[in-house]
Amino acid sequence: MSAKEEILSRITAALHDAPNPGPVPRDYRTTSDMAEAELIELLVDRLEDYKAHVDVVDAPGLPATIVERLKDATSYVIPHGIDERWFDAADTRLRIDAPGAVLSVSELDETSAVLTSSAVSVAESGTIVLDGTANQGRRAISLVPDHHVCVVPVSSIVRLLPEALPRMDITRPLTWISGPSATSDIELERVEGVHGPRQLDVIIVKGL
Amino acid sequence: MKIALFATCIVDAMYPQTARATVKILERLGHEVVFPAGQACCGQMHINSGYMDEALPVVANHVKAFEAETYDVAVAPSGSCVASVKHQHPVLAERCGDSALKARAEAVGAKTYELSQLLVDVLGVTNAAGQLGSHFPHRITYHPSCHGMRSLKLGDRQLDLLKSVGGIEVADLPEADQCCGFGGTFSMKNADVSSAMLEDKARNVVSTGASLCSGGDASCLMHIGGGLSRTKSETTTLHFAEILASTIDEPVSVTGEIFVGKGRK
Amino acid sequence: MSNVFMGMPALPVFGDGNLHIEEPFPAAAHRELGNTQMRANLRHATHTIRDKRLKVVAELPDWEELRDAGSATKDLVMANLPALLEEFEKNFTARGGIIHWARDSHEANKIVADLIREQNTTEVVKVKSMATQEIGLNEYLEEQGISAFETDLAELIVQLGHDKPSHILVPAIHKNRTEVRDIFLKEMPNVDPNLTDEPRLLAMAAREHLRRKFLSAKVAISGANFALADSGTLAVVESEGNGRMCLTLPETLITVMGIEKLLPAKEDLEVFMQLLPRSSTGERMNPYTSLWTGVTEGDGPQNVHLVLLDNGRTAALADKYGRTALNCIRCSACMNVCPVYERTGGHAYGSTYPGPIGAILTPLLTGIKSEENSSLPYASSLCGACFDACPVKINIPEILVHLRGEDVDSKRGTKKLPTQMDLMMKGAGWAFSSGKHLALLEKGLPFGKLAAGRDKKIKRLPGIAAGWTQSRDIPAPPAQSFRDWWKKDHTPVAPTHQQEN
Repeated sequence: MSAKEEILSRITAALHDAPNPGPVPRDYRTTSDMAEAELIELLVDRLEDYKAHVDVVDAPGLPATIVERLKDATSYVIPHGIDERWFDAADTRLRIDAPGAVLSVSELDETSAVLTSSAVSVAESGTIVLDGTANQGRRAISLVPDHHVCVVPVSSIVRLLPEALPRMDITRPLTWISGPSATSDIELERVEGVHGPRQLDVIIVKGL
Repeated sequence: MKIALFATCIVDAMYPQTARATVKILERLGHEVVFPAGQACCGQMHINSGYMDEALPVVANHVKAFEAETYDVAVAPSGSCVASVKHQHPVLAERCGDSALKARAEAVGAKTYELSQLLVDVLGVTNAAGQLGSHFPHRITYHPSCHGMRSLKLGDRQLDLLKSVGGIEVADLPEADQCCGFGGTFSMKNADVSSAMLEDKARNVVSTGASLCSGGDASCLMHIGGGLSRTKSETTTLHFAEILASTIDEPVSVTGEIFVGKGRK
Repeated sequence: MSNVFMGMPALPVFGDGNLHIEEPFPAAAHRELGNTQMRANLRHATHTIRDKRLKVVAELPDWEELRDAGSATKDLVMANLPALLEEFEKNFTARGGIIHWARDSHEANKIVADLIREQNTTEVVKVKSMATQEIGLNEYLEEQGISAFETDLAELIVQLGHDKPSHILVPAIHKNRTEVRDIFLKEMPNVDPNLTDEPRLLAMAAREHLRRKFLSAKVAISGANFALADSGTLAVVESEGNGRMCLTLPETLITVMGIEKLLPAKEDLEVFMQLLPRSSTGERMNPYTSLWTGVTEGDGPQNVHLVLLDNGRTAALADKYGRTALNCIRCSACMNVCPVYERTGGHAYGSTYPGPIGAILTPLLTGIKSEENSSLPYASSLCGACFDACPVKINIPEILVHLRGEDVDSKRGTKKLPTQMDLMMKGAGWAFSSGKHLALLEKGLPFGKLAAGRDKKIKRLPGIAAGWTQSRDIPAPPAQSFRDWWKKDHTPVAPTHQQEN
């Protein structure tokens, strides 16, 4: 008998007297109606609590805010699908990561920042989801550089996690980000900044 | 209302004044109290020590004793024993394969109340001074016992009743929701851990400057009181039923021992 | 698979690995209680996390509804486990992942070591994983000449300190910042000799120490928090980014996961990803959660494996009163609120799984008769704080009591002489099974006064009761029981409230 067959037969035997459980009660909140301004306020509060830096701008102000956030970066990487109005293609610090033209791990390690968009955000928990589509890129580019500038379109913000999951394609490689990297491993006190990007700048964009 | 008293074994044998106070309160409210004579113990010590075979006749006796009496509700001055009657008895009966006993135990359990539950939820007592004439001019603190708090979800019923006693001053107990470390035979099998828990509880009680620590379970109070006594502390413990029973004319206690601030004389 | 063997009775097959305790809990607890530094560290850490958890839980108006959904989902998973495992395998495999099944720790360890050898490397990076701790993977790999580098900060502290984990979420919870600093100064190559004990700087030192390892590793090993059957997706929940590093950068990823970790579908994450972070680190959400479904071309490891582990889980599942212990999502809330754990620390439990959940899970996985594991279910005052805190509502006190029953029953008829506890229970069983018996016994109460001193207190009892009197007095018994008073002296007051209803 293979290990699989044996384990499955053990489970079947173990369950011979198990009751048939009822349906899962889903009486928790699955919908919300929060005005845009409140939604933004909630997300900002949560992200700042995680020690992320947050800007809230109108769409036309986005490129200037990106420039401001990246002003101290000696180099930065963007995924190939980023909206071309968001960056200056002539910037010598710019590196583009694209299928067939990927940056190596050591090149990423030498890159000080990364600019991405995002797929969906949960205001209540301050969570931003990246799903690897063309304006967010493969996972490594938003991981290895130490400074992550992340654009969050207001239209992608929901209040509750149950409202966010239907917007996610679960089979894509997903990264849920709630603040810069942190640890509570010493005396269970949270300190920010370990292996992931130590600086997280979020730009929430109204009208996008 | 006809109320059947479940004294519990520890109160019956070691703290009869607590059961007498319970009777006094209920009679003062104008109710008839009966004492099912066959009762002995809820069996919790056996169950919690894993002696299920030995627990079964104890549980069966309790069910039989309370079936033999006619009453509206049963009451016990103990959160722990009531939790056992309500929750553990049916589980034990099922485990021992006695489905008839399980159903009977559930019926008895459904009619059984912890004292503060009965007073507040059924008899509508919210002001002990006004409705019971309770008077106890001392500074006390209060320990919420685990099974009452978590298993029966008593909330602040006992504490609120105490706060409504005439002349009383109730000091908050730091880390009140922490177990005192009794746990039945836990205090023997894991005596070191139990003692460490007790030490913290006793320290917190003493820190309040109260003359005594009240609560709703004689077993926990015996444990906390035993620890305080060993450290020569003058702070003692007293069941909340005895405080509710205390009046200006008849200050605690029904045993004839008068509580006078620090310790009993 | 064929249905031929379905329903065939199989004896429970227990687990092995780092689950068998050598020292009875009371003896280990006695030793650990003497470690005042550890006790101070644990008190500080557990009280910090308790307050944080209560605060973020109170924020959610639907916390109890989430717990109900979490508990019911896990019950559903266990009841449908074979079908869900098959569904998961089908989906994970269809997207390029490779599944391995392991009956026990030895089989799992061998599978992992063989997969590492195929990649011609002798170094792997690891994300914190309870399953690999349970099966003793690091020790096994070391025997095979493979070095496994723990990358979680607390695991790193434990590994560098040649120590053992004492908590499932924060394995170095028993160490304070100064002790961590000292371990780093002694054991970490090229560490700044002026390193202070500021947690932020200690985290920085760990980053420096591990950075090269992450960037050059060819193989990573992880656990998994959840596996979604309907898509074949795996999830790892973490804080530091070491998980993302391991799950993203190496070419080969080997995940070891217990078979009970499944969830039916994507929407179940909306429940568990609210329950888990708030219950474990007391955060609204953990900094990073990674989800992957088999292999994604051009993104992350291209050689993706999953080892599905039994190792006693089917034995736990066969215990009708204990099987809900498998619903555990390893949040550690139960140990953070446990008054026993707070004082003894995790090492006293001797198993990979300490605290209240460990006191039930360990003997369920190994069987109650394994070595000293039968002492674990007694390591609780049954205060119930664990049940209250459990996000999936595992009734830990009830299972503790059930396992005590299993222990007592397993020893019946095997002893030449009854223990003192046996005798006490037998005697009390007689006394408590009849009002008449108890009344008879109570006639002896006045004699109890003889055991008391002049201050009406009993200060020393013999035998097992000596544990009680080591730190507590017992009042002298009263002269008259309540029962006796009721019979002889009670004068009923005429009721004014007539029978209602």
